[in-house]
Amino acid sequence: MGSIRLENVSKSFGEAQVISALDLDIEDGAFVVFVGPSGCGKSTLLRLIAGLEDVSGGRILIDGKDVTTTPPARRRLAMVFQSYALYPHMSVRGNIAFPLKMAGAGREEIERKVKDAARILNLEEYLDRKPRQLSGGQRQRVAIGRAIVREPTAFLFDEPLSNLDAALRVAMRLEITQLHQKLKRTMIYVTHDQVEAMTMADKIVVLNGGRIEQVGSPLELYRNPRNLFVAGFIGSPRMNFIDGAEAKKLGAATIGIRPEHLRLSATEGLWKGRVDVAEHLGSDTFLHIEMDGIGPLTARIGGEFPVRVGDTVHVTPEDGKIHRFDEKGLAL
Amino acid sequence: MARAISTRRKVTFTILGWTIGFLIFFPVLWTVLTSFKTEGTAIATPPQFLFFDWTMENYVAVQNRSNYMRHMSNSIVISVGSTLIGLLVAIPAAWAMAFSPTKRTKDVLLWMLSTKMLPAVGVLVPIYLIFRDWSLLDGLAGLTAVLTLINLPIIVWMLYTYFREIPGEILEAARMDGASLAKEIVYVLTPMAVPGIASTMLLNIILAWNEAFWSLNLTASRAAPLTAFIAAYSSPEGLFWAKLSAASTLAIAPILVLGWFAQRQLVRGLTFGAVK
Ligand SMILES: Nc1ncnc2c1ncn2[C@@H]1O[C@H](COP(=O)(O)OP(=O)(O)O)[C@@H](O)[C@H]1O
Ligand SMILES: [Mg+2]
Repeated sequence: MGSIRLENVSKSFGEAQVISALDLDIEDGAFVVFVGPSGCGKSTLLRLIAGLEDVSGGRILIDGKDVTTTPPARRRLAMVFQSYALYPHMSVRGNIAFPLKMAGAGREEIERKVKDAARILNLEEYLDRKPRQLSGGQRQRVAIGRAIVREPTAFLFDEPLSNLDAALRVAMRLEITQLHQKLKRTMIYVTHDQVEAMTMADKIVVLNGGRIEQVGSPLELYRNPRNLFVAGFIGSPRMNFIDGAEAKKLGAATIGIRPEHLRLSATEGLWKGRVDVAEHLGSDTFLHIEMDGIGPLTARIGGEFPVRVGDTVHVTPEDGKIHRFDEKGLAL
Repeated sequence: MARAISTRRKVTFTILGWTIGFLIFFPVLWTVLTSFKTEGTAIATPPQFLFFDWTMENYVAVQNRSNYMRHMSNSIVISVGSTLIGLLVAIPAAWAMAFSPTKRTKDVLLWMLSTKMLPAVGVLVPIYLIFRDWSLLDGLAGLTAVLTLINLPIIVWMLYTYFREIPGEILEAARMDGASLAKEIVYVLTPMAVPGIASTMLLNIILAWNEAFWSLNLTASRAAPLTAFIAAYSSPEGLFWAKLSAASTLAIAPILVLGWFAQRQLVRGLTFGAVK
């Protein structure tokens, strides 16, 4: 059981409104990612759910029960912080056992559950170390271990991987996804990285300036972004936006086309341009092309496409892959 | 080449460091040496450094003339007592200021510090009169209370600085883990605050131990701590350097021993947060 419902929730710090009245439904067992640029209020929203901040208006319900004024200790949620927030004076064992101790569990139960968590997270050898003797990835695992032992109703993650290096981040991303499949508990995961959002989420909530821009599965957001913001935020490399005459032809203020939906040809195509920069990743090549009368475009093409900087190329968007937006930036 | 320079620099700085250290320590060393000289050798010119007839006569004389143990126990009561009472008041105060600051917190802190800018002698007369009227003169209770109040701003400031270093997220983590306020304080906050509290305590004991102005003015004999005991050797019958040195050595010995054993704690406490 772990459904969470936000009704008309808002939050202000003094004069500054950080979250403006928003509604959100999170089903039991879902993996929901809050994604948005930094400063958009993701952490604040998560902390409101956790109870670490008080709402300025609205209600929060967990499993149908109003918890708006319930203190964090009694919401039965577990949180993993960006800074890990491990107890520096306790060993790994002490850290993982702490929530159980607080819940008044017996010694044998604590021992067994700490062992289980340590096994799942590959921490068995480190149980007697202090947090400062661990690497970043291991600290992150301890923080997760501390979260899972208590079998909370839901897990809250606030940018848990942003202090790790790129390789470790990819590995931990997978581990957290697997953990979700194993535990089948509700997880809310905050990140500013849309790749993390796309790869991990059942459901993505795109936030911007304290508002929800769109809610949907990764592919829904990818295929049908509701507005320019979501279109530009989801997908990598970023969607190309074209306005002016080319957009008018299609009856829109702005049109968008993703780099992977552009076809290249040396001889013929809709638009013509010159290759500015070619980024070879091996599997893919990203071309930055200066288009005549349109401006710069990014195209994503096969890894070994024969092209050199300065070449003239012709570019054609794939059928049905053009997104159209009106003057307000809403999808048509 | 780079290596040669860095070795030379290392040697230079090592020598410089030791020299400065020795210069700072020299007065203490000279006091200790003088305490083992006869009154005659003590004032000899040129001064004799190590090769004189070592004697214990000054210590015997000091022991015969005054009750060292009583002064020492007074010093212990006053410095430890004023520190503990100070901590009792300062911990909740610094706590509140560090963890739920208001708009005026900074002002309050500055205001407390500003009381230390007033020369102590400025309030000597009123305090003396209060002591006289309440019959607190030459009593341990009164002196302990004054030293508590004198050092309170420093205690609050130090503790505030330490508490500020404790990351709020760790406390929030404890709350998420189901800890009540009481458990949060006992299991998480206090263990993290202990190093800071310990070094504040040590430093304040040292400050109180060495305090002379109020001790001299508010005590006569019964409650006189070691600082007053030293002063008793400085004037009445002219200057007896060797006996004065012996008294001084006896007065600083206990705190020196404490400082020696606590030095790691002290250094850690004083540089807490400076090195992450
Ligand atoms: N305790 C606070 N007091 C005042 N402003 C805050 C506080 N916490 C966050 N904010 C402001 O709220 C906005 C959203 O912050 P946050 O939720 O941390 O963003 P994100 O996690 O998306 O980067 C920011 O503009 C931030 O400055
Ligand atoms: Mg954040």
